[in-house]
Amino acid sequence: MTITDTWRPSAVEQERIAYRRRRAIRSVLLAAASTAVLGTLLAVGVTNSPGWPRVKESFFDLAVAQDSLPAILDGLVLNIELLICCALGAMALGLLIAVLRTLRGPVAFPVRALATGYTYGFRGVPLIIVLYVMTLGVPGLRLSGMPSTLVLGGLALVIVYGAYLAEVFRAGIESVHPSQLAAARSLGLTYRQTMRHVVLPQAVRRVAPPLLNDTVALQKDVGLVSLAGPIDAVRAAQIQVAEHFNFTPYIVAGVLFVLLALPLIGVTDWVTLRAARRQGARS
Amino acid sequence: MSPVLQCRGLRKTFHGSVVLDSLDLDVAEHEVVALIGASGSGKSTLLRCVNLLERLDDGTIHLGGEHITDPRADADRVRRQIGIVFQAYNLFPHMTVLQNILLAPVRVHRRARAEAEQAARTWLDRVGLGNRAGDYPDRLSGGQQQRVAIVRALVNNPRLLLLDEVTSALDPELVGEVLSMVRELKGDGMTMVLATHEMGFAKQVADRVVFLDGGRVLEQGPPEQVLGDPVEARTRQFLSRIIEAGRL
Ligand SMILES: Nc1ncnc2c1ncn2[C@@H]1O[C@H](COP(=O)(O)OP(=O)(O)OP(=O)(O)O)[C@@H](O)[C@H]1O
Ligand SMILES: [Mg+2]
Repeated sequence: MTITDTWRPSAVEQERIAYRRRRAIRSVLLAAASTAVLGTLLAVGVTNSPGWPRVKESFFDLAVAQDSLPAILDGLVLNIELLICCALGAMALGLLIAVLRTLRGPVAFPVRALATGYTYGFRGVPLIIVLYVMTLGVPGLRLSGMPSTLVLGGLALVIVYGAYLAEVFRAGIESVHPSQLAAARSLGLTYRQTMRHVVLPQAVRRVAPPLLNDTVALQKDVGLVSLAGPIDAVRAAQIQVAEHFNFTPYIVAGVLFVLLALPLIGVTDWVTLRAARRQGARS
Repeated sequence: MSPVLQCRGLRKTFHGSVVLDSLDLDVAEHEVVALIGASGSGKSTLLRCVNLLERLDDGTIHLGGEHITDPRADADRVRRQIGIVFQAYNLFPHMTVLQNILLAPVRVHRRARAEAEQAARTWLDRVGLGNRAGDYPDRLSGGQQQRVAIVRALVNNPRLLLLDEVTSALDPELVGEVLSMVRELKGDGMTMVLATHEMGFAKQVADRVVFLDGGRVLEQGPPEQVLGDPVEARTRQFLSRIIEAGRL
């Protein structure tokens, strides 16, 4: 099926290529110029405002920033650890709940009802309340082998986010066309095999963008465990603020959070784009 | 010899409208049966019922003497003996051609991957797709996807192959490709039931043509007789409309 290719762009096509190139260069130059103008205006406006020296002193003090950085980084390690554990836990739980909700038959009724009740309930309750109940209430039971506050806080996050992710996964499962199920069953695959090899792979691919989006949201919420004691980056910054009588540590923590989120947001955009391309290729 | 497929008194309704109405049909070993009939006459529904994808309202189906519409029968095990090819191919978009074909042999029939892959590649070569094994379905033309879907059903060595309008989405040249493939299968002795609107297709490969009307078999017989000199007025009417549309 190889066709020998002796194609050379015609004069018309060459003219089009040259025109497009000129347009591209012009757009880049324009964008650079307008960015420079806007940036200068903003910088001049802010630094010339009457209160700027005082704001600069209390929010952008380099010495304080340097001094507080190690403590905040220590806290950030906790954020990252919690994020990884909770994201994986919430995805696993969400997927499990979503699959349980698709089960049919009388034996599965209680399981189905429980899963449905869970997604309804925990999407409604504020995260902070679940967190307080888990970290302050549950230890009150004085059971032996009670996990640490940190683990209980992480569990609270997993439980709440699991409910959201379950709905994301369910939407994905329902978006797989019934003819795909018919094809799989007609080949003799059991219901479980059909789920595992045909439905879930397609469902997960389709919901990858919203899934990653929720992970970015989770990244910001993991810090809430500090309400129960453990010191995360924001709590560490708060302590530093009190020590230095200066707000710079908050800015440091904020910048670190953005830096942490950037790769995740980048991956989300990339996955979304790829999914859109694949859709386009198919239609 | 007892028939491979034996349908007795099949009845199927959708929301009160009767699609199949005490339908009887036998298919013998190595026989190729073409189902014809107007759009909506229940051809696809019949094939889906045989494959247990739809539940009957009444009647029985036996496959190789086994009563498969018994609720105690293991539907997954029954389906393993039947291959079906859908009108819309229904390939799995997240798997390559080879993965599509190997899913059932490896996961369901527990065949060794190397041996199954060998069989799959032999089939792909036979249908002229030997070099497309690693492609995803969305990179293939309609005719190529249809042939992959047929191979996916065939690689499991079914006792019975059901083909639902495998040529309706294809242009005449591609119809020829699929037609010659079906004819080769017939040469191999495959038992087949195919629903079709292509009377030429029916004439060339079928041992018997079955005309469905009002949910029953109104007329059946050798292709020359049913298509050339039908007894029933309804059949004649149907065929004359087809001739008008230029499809005979
Ligand atoms: N899942 C369903 N729900 C409701 N009605 C259905 C369903 N499947 C089929 N039908 C109805 O059953 C009738 C027969 O449909 P079927 O697809 O078997 O016809 P067909 O002979 O294959 O037609 P065609 O030649 O157009 O493919 C149609 O009237 C259709 O509307
Ligand atoms: Mg049909």
